[in-house]
Amino acid sequence: MGLVEAIILSVIAASTPLLLAAAGELIVERAGVLNLGVEGMMIMGAACGFAGCWLTGSAFLGALFGIAAGMALAAIFGLMTLTLAVNQVATGLALTILGVGLSGLIGAGFVGERITPAAALYIPYLTGIPFIGRILFGQDGFVYVSIALVIGIWFFLYRTRGGLILRAIGDSHTSAHALGYPVLTVRWMAVLFGGGCAGLAGAFLPLAYTPFFIPGMTAGRGWIALALVVFASWRPGRLVAGAYLFGAVTILQLHAQAFGLGIPSQLMTALPYLATIVVLVLISRTRNAAGSAAPASLGMVFVPDR
Amino acid sequence: MLDPVSAKEASARAPLLQAIGITKLYGNFPANDAVSLDLYAGEIHALLGENGAGKSTLVKIIYGLIQPTEGELRWKGERIVLAGPSDARAHGIGMVFQHFSLFDNLTVAENVALGLDGKEGFAAMSARLAQVSRDYGLPLDPKREVWRLSVGERQRIEIVRMLMQNPQLLILDEPTAVLTPQEADQLFVVLERLKIEGRAILYISHKLDEVKRLCDTATILRGGKKVATCNPRAETASSLARMMVGADIGIVKAATTRATTVPRLAVQNLSLSPDDPHGVYLKDITFEVKGGEILGIAGVAGNGQDELFAALSGEQLTSDGAVVIEGAAAGHLSVTARRRLGAAFVPEERLGHGTAPRMKLSENALLTGHAASHMVHYGFVDRPATLATVDRTTTAFDVRKAKRDPEAVSLSGGNLQKFIVGREILREPGVLVVSQPTWGVDAGAAAVIRQALLDLSGRGTAVLVISQDLDELAEIADRIAVMFHGRLSETMSAREATREKLGLLMGGASAAATEPEAAHAIGA
Repeated sequence: MGLVEAIILSVIAASTPLLLAAAGELIVERAGVLNLGVEGMMIMGAACGFAGCWLTGSAFLGALFGIAAGMALAAIFGLMTLTLAVNQVATGLALTILGVGLSGLIGAGFVGERITPAAALYIPYLTGIPFIGRILFGQDGFVYVSIALVIGIWFFLYRTRGGLILRAIGDSHTSAHALGYPVLTVRWMAVLFGGGCAGLAGAFLPLAYTPFFIPGMTAGRGWIALALVVFASWRPGRLVAGAYLFGAVTILQLHAQAFGLGIPSQLMTALPYLATIVVLVLISRTRNAAGSAAPASLGMVFVPDR
Repeated sequence: MLDPVSAKEASARAPLLQAIGITKLYGNFPANDAVSLDLYAGEIHALLGENGAGKSTLVKIIYGLIQPTEGELRWKGERIVLAGPSDARAHGIGMVFQHFSLFDNLTVAENVALGLDGKEGFAAMSARLAQVSRDYGLPLDPKREVWRLSVGERQRIEIVRMLMQNPQLLILDEPTAVLTPQEADQLFVVLERLKIEGRAILYISHKLDEVKRLCDTATILRGGKKVATCNPRAETASSLARMMVGADIGIVKAATTRATTVPRLAVQNLSLSPDDPHGVYLKDITFEVKGGEILGIAGVAGNGQDELFAALSGEQLTSDGAVVIEGAAAGHLSVTARRRLGAAFVPEERLGHGTAPRMKLSENALLTGHAASHMVHYGFVDRPATLATVDRTTTAFDVRKAKRDPEAVSLSGGNLQKFIVGREILREPGVLVVSQPTWGVDAGAAAVIRQALLDLSGRGTAVLVISQDLDELAEIADRIAVMFHGRLSETMSAREATREKLGLLMGGASAAATEPEAAHAIGA
């Protein structure tokens, strides 16, 4: 395996959790809800995913545990912001703090344990193709799921009536309500979906990336996922490009450190986060007459008049 | 489409929809109090009333958006319970909202699809959309995003969307509030046709001429109760107004001796690109307002009035000489510095722009008065002085409120507007810029505010009024100009500014094209 092939493989591995979490958040934000708790839901997914796999011995069941954990945390968020109409930003931040703390508690007993990571799905013959074989046909299930998820989301948003309703609710919840669409129900489903995706993204880390659990192992990936949604202007296609760009930055800084460029390693580690800030600033500066693509109701609390 | 039936035949039949004893309580407050209403096919029925009279509540109940506390609805004689708008639509009830229920970032076709039940495919729906919009003479481009459209076009989407459901009862909530007189005329043609097709129309308005011209029956609400059902053609505008308000409305009149002095506010070649991506570019605007006169700026909302206001008030800075206040170049000055020059500003939006909603009136008085009204000494707030400002405004402008110094948000629209306008007028500014001074305000408060503006100009202040309400401008303005797509027309004296002329300018016709007779005369 050549160096380039190895780098590409590691970029894919680094990008997948970002893509999974951001895809879920994209749907949440398209419905007009801003859930800043992605980091918390991810780390819960990581802890519970690892616990599930360790208890059952199955990476697949572990992933389901992770999804369930993310959804459970998202349900708290939904209860607070949708049913009780609490401020979304404050609740999202609290959710992250809760998730980080709770995952530490759940994962405390598992620190130092090892599991068998999710096996890569080798496809006979195709995987054997030089260079692209391993890249395209030798990944673990998470990678395929993440790509399928984004395609599915694109199809849902732009080719189905359900997607149209979801976009409409994100654009103007008052208009959607006036037309008789169930704003809160749709948002509940979107929030749960986003939680499930974040949980799966978190579970990827101990199940496929490193075969053990350490507290705080998401290391800010949830925040990057949030930034990615803005970076992608709430569009699924750009989300893939963004996720792989950020994944590449993460991996390249590791290789750059290995080459010993004489740049402090702390600075290199901070590179993906610096890139996030730079990209967000650039996006807000280049806003043109076409307007910002942000869903117009994003982050606003909705209380139906009855 | 329904069979055409004559209006006479239709009204001989049983009512299409009956609302019987509708009561809606919010806490202990009755928004509707035992209101009954009969609507017949082939009839345009007006629902008249002031803001807060309960018109919107009643139609929301008929459209299934809210549930009545008491009372029932009967559709063709049978009792119905509407759990939501989709129930209402299924029965054949359609509604066009005053504040459009449109989605700015979606296309026309997507917006229409959302208003339908979704049983037909998107392509079939688009074809039918084109068909209906052609049939009724309401042209629309299905692929355009809504935010690119004018207000009149947006309303067209709502109407076409409603017509595609082939409703038997159409509800229109103040449909002409945002239209030019010509656009309103086009709408009336469509409504007459729908009536001839045998549909029932419930028409909500507070414009009495319109109701007299268009409607067969009128029901008048006041304070949540039904006052009367009558034939509007048999009533006079003032008798209808009396029923709506419950009292005679004072007539606004200008002081007899008024003399204009030097220009106190001047705008020269003002061009500006907007901050907001959906905003309007201002193009080469020039005008001046002399002391002692009121200049009115007419125009359909969204043609650059907000941007002009921001440029005048200093919320948006311009080149230095573009805005001149009291002879001083003010384009680069902040809002506070402009206030120090003697200018005062009243924005359109009362809550959130004109006042901080959750702050007390005294604090709100301080927010605009701190620069030039001696309410701050050495950085400390003089609380008695701020309270005194509130008291003076309260007495001078009859602001009704529950206690001496309540939060701004607790006042009704009319009273809060009287407070905001009064707060600025009591500072005796040399220049007053006010946007939509009586928008959504009841007739009594509107008369007070208009009179105050006239009196202020009588004392020598230059007053600029930006308003969509042509009646208001006709009542108080000395000269009128029209804004369209970020440009300002020539100003004309209020006497020459006929509704037709203004309407054409509001629709984008150039000044030359508004005088066909003159052109003919020259040609002959």
